[in-house]
Amino acid sequence: MARTIGNRKLSLWDRLPLISHFRQSVGWQRGMLTGGLVITGIFLVTAALAPWLAPFGFAQLRDANGLFGSQVPPNSKHIWGTTVGGYDVFSRVIWGTQTAVSVIVVAVLLSIFAGVLLGLVSGYFGGWLDRIMVVVADAIYAFPSLLLAIVMSIVISGGQSSLWGGILAAAISITVVFIPQYFRVIRAETVRMKSEAFVESAKVIGASNARIMFRHVLRNSMRTLPLIFTLNASEAILTLAGLGFLGFGIEPTAAAEWGYDLNKALSDVTSGIWWTSLFPGAAIVFVVLGITLVGESLNELGDPRLRGRKSVEAASGAMTETSVIQTVTAPAHSGDPAIEIDGNQGWSDR
Amino acid sequence: MTADTVVAGRPSPGVGTAKKKDKKESGLLRYLVVRFLLIIPTIFILVTMVFILMRTTGDPITAALGGRLSADQLAERVAAAGYDRPLFVQYLEYLGNIIRGDFGTTISDNRAVSQVLLTYGAATLELAFYALIVAFIVGIPLGMIAAYYRDKGQDASLRVMAILFYATPVFFAGLLMKLIFSVWLGWLPTNGRASTRSDLLLQALPDKVGIYVIDALRLGNPQVIGDVLVHAILPAITLGLLTAGIFLRLVRANVIGTLSLDYVESARSRGVSEFRLVRKHAYRPALIPIITVIGLQIALLLGGAVLTETTFEWKGLGFQLVQYLQARDFVAVQGIVILLAIIVAITNFVVDIIAALIDPRVRY
Repeated sequence: MARTIGNRKLSLWDRLPLISHFRQSVGWQRGMLTGGLVITGIFLVTAALAPWLAPFGFAQLRDANGLFGSQVPPNSKHIWGTTVGGYDVFSRVIWGTQTAVSVIVVAVLLSIFAGVLLGLVSGYFGGWLDRIMVVVADAIYAFPSLLLAIVMSIVISGGQSSLWGGILAAAISITVVFIPQYFRVIRAETVRMKSEAFVESAKVIGASNARIMFRHVLRNSMRTLPLIFTLNASEAILTLAGLGFLGFGIEPTAAAEWGYDLNKALSDVTSGIWWTSLFPGAAIVFVVLGITLVGESLNELGDPRLRGRKSVEAASGAMTETSVIQTVTAPAHSGDPAIEIDGNQGWSDR
Repeated sequence: MTADTVVAGRPSPGVGTAKKKDKKESGLLRYLVVRFLLIIPTIFILVTMVFILMRTTGDPITAALGGRLSADQLAERVAAAGYDRPLFVQYLEYLGNIIRGDFGTTISDNRAVSQVLLTYGAATLELAFYALIVAFIVGIPLGMIAAYYRDKGQDASLRVMAILFYATPVFFAGLLMKLIFSVWLGWLPTNGRASTRSDLLLQALPDKVGIYVIDALRLGNPQVIGDVLVHAILPAITLGLLTAGIFLRLVRANVIGTLSLDYVESARSRGVSEFRLVRKHAYRPALIPIITVIGLQIALLLGGAVLTETTFEWKGLGFQLVQYLQARDFVAVQGIVILLAIIVAITNFVVDIIAALIDPRVRY
């Protein structure tokens, strides 16, 4: 597998996940990746600038002119109207980006940390511990994630929560759902890496288990992580919104959360009030769409069979399965004459 | 959980292990047995996990009635229900009860959980079934079209559509459809499984199944049949499109994969049209991984059902689960969650068996 084409070492810039992927992409694939990156960028910038973008606070009910009023249709002061609880819809959608970002960051960091560690230990040492962990991970993986998140949020916060407690509860609930995914991927990679020659030679020169695990195995098992990261980030938003929609969200006075707002908008819809549900919902779709577009593009660019045709044949030697979405094993169809581009080396092992 | 059940590991979808046994029929039988033994530890782990997690918050009676009763009354009821005994004893008892099909009694409305599961499970089953039909009708043809137009405009827009299906939370999709088709256009009903009149007629039916279409057909009243179907349209589409997006992606990726296999190439060289290649040659083997994936989708489908049912007040397990959650009735919640987990485990088992029957590579 360790197949290096030429001796050129790519600069750090070209080896960064997103940059190298972008350089590989062609045609529609590049378009989808660009679109996803732009949307994700807008989302992150909005979250960072929320205090300046939002005209009102997320829990603000009144200003100098008195109460905002309930279910006010969009007007010049409240451009997206107000909710049934009397909050400004636009402000809550903007503030909601902050909640979403914090939950994603906490959830994904926690699950990467736990999942990677467990997967590494389980895959490297094997034995009965490995078997038990695989069965447990599979059991959790097959469990409907929303239900697991509900159970977890009951455990963590008794179902109701406030401020950072709420964000943390949501994040930990989501983490438990994600750990098996990281665990499986990292474990599979570790098992594969363990039999590689460079691990054997490290053993021969007497490297410690910890050193082999973190220095030799882990660094070579990480390449699918950016992909799972993006897939999980979008799932985290959906799970958070789902929890909020079922009434396990974060209190409106603690933070703005889109799922909670949609829950409150449920009865508005029947009476034809559209602004309370349309905007928070559209925000969820927009953000998940952006992140998923990036993830999809990463998956395809990492898989020579799905990558845009122009670059398919360039480096099709012994290829490992890098696609998270499994496909039928088949050699790539080469339609066009191969055009070698540098980026193809980005994912062959070095 | 003996070692030999575990060694078999999880049968990976699509690609079987390299180890090929020539013993044909016995290989299949062995696979069936091993796969069946594997769901027992799975269910056991799930039950244990849910039990332990739910009990870390305290006993269900205090959780449900905490503020409403005096400390003495509370202690009396806790003792009466046996929640003051050691947790391990309670756990063993709970396991034993589950094996006998007894999931306990709900605290908020004092019904047998197993009865709740039977009554509302039928509604969820019905919804999930409709949703799967929608997902097949929408997802598979569109996936084939996307593969046919690979890397062209049609492909790109179909794929963005698939991502949109996935990116839209089911409850938001439901709210939007309700707004458009029920409130603005007035074509379809907003809530429920049937109108009040049909509901009464259906409830009056002796030995009802709970699946409204079947009951309505047995009732033989065309108005009721129509009413039940009309109520199912929006929830089915809402939940179905979520899964359709996933099917679309999968069919596309797999058809593209099979389109470059040798036998397809040879058909192509014989001058078979590209359309026919997709339609006849590449499409069938591409469906095998999809069967496996459906098993995994059941978990997503049930999770989605919880949200869809809440959106449309479809009185199934998910809707009921939320009601019990709000009442803090954790005995009922625990029962519903465990039942859903068992359903997922068994579905995965059945799907794996079907996949093994179709594709000999899965067995070993």
